Amino acid sequence: MIITLLELLYSYLKIGFFGFGGGYAMLSLIHSEVVVRNGWLTGGEFSDIVAISQMTPGPIALNSATYIGYEVAGVLGSVVATTAVCIPALTVMMLVTRFFLRLQHNRYVQGVVWGMRPVVVGMIASAALLLIFPHSDEGRSFIDAWSWVIFALTLVGSAYKLNPIMLIVGSGVAGMLIYGLG
Amino acid sequence: MRELIEIFWSFLKIGAFTFGGGYAMIPLIQHEVINNRAWIGERDFLDLLTLAQSAPGPIALNTAVFVGYKRRGYVGSLAAVMGVVVPSFVIILLVAMFFGDIRDNKWVDAAFRGMRPAVVALIVAPIIGLGRGMGLVRVSIALAVALAVWYFSISPIWLLMGGAIVGLCWTKWQTRRVQQ
Repeated sequence: MIITLLELLYSYLKIGFFGFGGGYAMLSLIHSEVVVRNGWLTGGEFSDIVAISQMTPGPIALNSATYIGYEVAGVLGSVVATTAVCIPALTVMMLVTRFFLRLQHNRYVQGVVWGMRPVVVGMIASAALLLIFPHSDEGRSFIDAWSWVIFALTLVGSAYKLNPIMLIVGSGVAGMLIYGLG
Repeated sequence: MRELIEIFWSFLKIGAFTFGGGYAMIPLIQHEVINNRAWIGERDFLDLLTLAQSAPGPIALNTAVFVGYKRRGYVGSLAAVMGVVVPSFVIILLVAMFFGDIRDNKWVDAAFRGMRPAVVALIVAPIIGLGRGMGLVRVSIALAVALAVWYFSISPIWLLMGGAIVGLCWTKWQTRRVQQ
């Protein structure tokens, strides 16, 4: 139990410290810790949590910490994982606020951000690839032609700036009609 | 004490009503922190956005730390972070407790089969916008990163560090060249 809690703590500290580029970029980091390294979830369960996170308030990093912490080690686990993911933000951002308010005008800081940007874009793309072509068949995201239809329609809806929550709910209703009735 | 409660309460509202992650919540934060409470000015808010996006961690948390710290130091930061965390923690804990029981229900399962590809589409959508204006070399780097993480299961942490080092060296090299 203690070991599991320490593993949760370690994983979510890493996710917090290296979570550059916001929610979707953090997904591949979360995936690498939770699915690849520790095997706490299957790929399919991982996309379920992403879907749930879209429909509930709060950042995905926090949501996944609470959810996975509970799955792995109960309420205590979710407290540990959620706290762990907050610690880097609290420390790094507090230092930044305190000492380096004009830091963003520093050439070297700009250089680091510039160098990380293509990596962040690549991380978002890898999160999508991991869900489309997972390493194991268990809980794939794409199961038939309908999956691709829903994927294409959501992409179009997103291009027209439709609300993401509505798109998720809509595709859930579509899923009920396609798979529930059939 | 009163202001600490106000900070906690404001960020509780922000935490409870921000669906869809970071960028979607910026208008709400702006409204609460600038218009409602006048805790920071427009100029500080712009600084805040740049910092919150380049520092690691969720934008919502970083914003909370910044505003809390500006008002009441460390304790203020803590109050703001608690505010952001509590709603999502309570909701997700409830979901985690009861989702297992309903996950195998025929209709719930059908709904999630429909939602999974939609989730992927929502992740794919911003890539196109981000890739624009990056140039061929950096697009190739992004593709290589995607391949390394997806196919070879390399942890993104190493690649982020690599990107940071390359950016640092490039800047140093450029600076030296300009000086010469």
